[in-house]
Amino acid sequence: MDFPRLRLMRRLRDPLGWGISVLSTVLVLAALASIIGNILLRGLASFRLSVFWTVTHGVAGGLENAILGTLWLALWSTLLSAVPGVAAGLYCAWLAPPRWAGAIRFACEVLSGVPSIVIGYVGYTVLVLGFGWGFCTLAGAIALAAIQLPYITRATDAGLAQLGTDVRDGALAAGLTPGQTVLRVGLRAAAPAVLSGTLLAAAIAVGETAPLLFTAGWSPLVPDGSLLHHPVGYLTYVAWSYIEQPYPAAHALAYNAALLLLVLVLVLQVAARGLARRGLR
Amino acid sequence: MKPVPKRPWVGAASLLLGGAATLPVLLSLLLLGVLAVDAVPAVRVMGWHLVTDSTWDLGNLYGATTHVRGVPVPTGAHYGALPFLVGTLWSSALAMLVAVPVATRAAILTAYGLRGRWQRMAAVLIDLIAGLPSVVIGLWGLLVLVPFIQNTAAPVLTRLGRWIPWLDGPVTSGMGLLAATLVLALMVTPVITSTLRELLAQVPAEIREAGFAAGLTSWEVVRLVCLPAVRSGRVGAVALGWGRAIGETMAVLMVGGNAANVLPTTLFSPISTVAASVAEQLDAALTDPTGMALHALSALALVLMVISVGTSTLSRLLVRRSAQFRHAAQSPEDEEVSPWTSRASA
Repeated sequence: MDFPRLRLMRRLRDPLGWGISVLSTVLVLAALASIIGNILLRGLASFRLSVFWTVTHGVAGGLENAILGTLWLALWSTLLSAVPGVAAGLYCAWLAPPRWAGAIRFACEVLSGVPSIVIGYVGYTVLVLGFGWGFCTLAGAIALAAIQLPYITRATDAGLAQLGTDVRDGALAAGLTPGQTVLRVGLRAAAPAVLSGTLLAAAIAVGETAPLLFTAGWSPLVPDGSLLHHPVGYLTYVAWSYIEQPYPAAHALAYNAALLLLVLVLVLQVAARGLARRGLR
Repeated sequence: MKPVPKRPWVGAASLLLGGAATLPVLLSLLLLGVLAVDAVPAVRVMGWHLVTDSTWDLGNLYGATTHVRGVPVPTGAHYGALPFLVGTLWSSALAMLVAVPVATRAAILTAYGLRGRWQRMAAVLIDLIAGLPSVVIGLWGLLVLVPFIQNTAAPVLTRLGRWIPWLDGPVTSGMGLLAATLVLALMVTPVITSTLRELLAQVPAEIREAGFAAGLTSWEVVRLVCLPAVRSGRVGAVALGWGRAIGETMAVLMVGGNAANVLPTTLFSPISTVAASVAEQLDAALTDPTGMALHALSALALVLMVISVGTSTLSRLLVRRSAQFRHAAQSPEDEEVSPWTSRASA
């Protein structure tokens, strides 16, 4: 039997389905292009090199304090999250009994599902008020580290899982101590995955705003190296709050901050991807 | 599986690393515990009105305090979070309505429609959106999306408002529910796309080839074979994106129009969400001498955490179940693309 109309419909649906898929993908990529294009255009149009060595004053000035503050916060938060994160990942992949590993992975998933504003809020009530630290670098860095921790744990865990437990058993059979097995064999083999996960986590720290508003505060001064009791500035704050000011100079600063954020995050992401691909080979 | 043979060393190393590994567990419990304890006074004062009333008023922060059920509260204070809850629900649900079809199609194309360098490039670029700082996306919303809504989209849509009430004006600034929805949709699209793409890539080649052998066209294989094969994973991917949309703060704060005490009635109404209101109100809440405003914000944060952790946990379970099923069905040889699959999906 032959159903010509049915056959025609089937034949038409095929290009229609794929066509809509292409359009959807193009739409998403066009939005990305619009974001990067607009931020680049606006940011570069008002860019002056002096933002690198001038601090913010009032609604104008430069971004020296914010740039250094962002790097200072990201450095501490990444240090604070990478050490326990890598340790937890190693434990999960090679040492833990399966049930424990499952529970820890589950906790990581729960933690990465917590909205960043909630982490910032708890950081405020516990660290800033409870411990009496005030707005400071350490409170901000701890809030960021809580967001980064599950990413680094998962990256380490996945990097070692790719290796498989045969490598571990082989190293043990060859007479290495368990410590040497974990550190020399496991960590070295998983190093690209660990590093790429850490760089991605650093990119997250650079781009976060909500958890910092009430832990790091804001400061127009260049960070002085203290961890407690002194608020610190960061780029995302400028991009968010200066665009709401009615002055062109403030808008220019917001565009510049967004431009620097975009460049910083893209560089970190590209580096992370490059490392991850090298690790796969 | 016996993990590692016993030696005195193992105990120490295992203990040290295991200690670090409990950190995610402890942190999750700490967040939940702090919020739950801190929210108690606000819940005692407001009861269910906390989530059913539409008036959020911190009261007179410099005047006398009154006592409600034995708890000191600033005079005139009232904490009704319904508009924030409704704003969260509408903006995230509408965002999913926009994002899910687009993200699904993009995942299908990047999983089956593209090959080699093109596939990698499209996947990397879409993932890149997930890595953009939310203030950068919020800024783009203010610069591009809000003027577009105000000048182009709204004049067309409000003309239909005569017949469809939720498309009616006033439009005011272009900030509002529609802008928040579109910004959120853009932010969750890469989350859904990359999750779904990985699941689709794991669908065994045999069952796809069985589809082609049965005479299905390449699109019919996608629609009738591949998508049903990852059904629970799809639900999970959507829930994962939804959890993200619920918790997003900065972008909504920037383009949502900061409504307070009003429920949204149209697509152009200004809105606020639970997450955005916590960020917005903390400054004012600090000046409350009774501390009740902070307790009320804790209650908001608790509600937010429970909702978003609930959806994202559920989603991960669904995605993992779907992925495990696929792994079980897949043998290593499937990695190689057979001539059948590559011809049919090229």
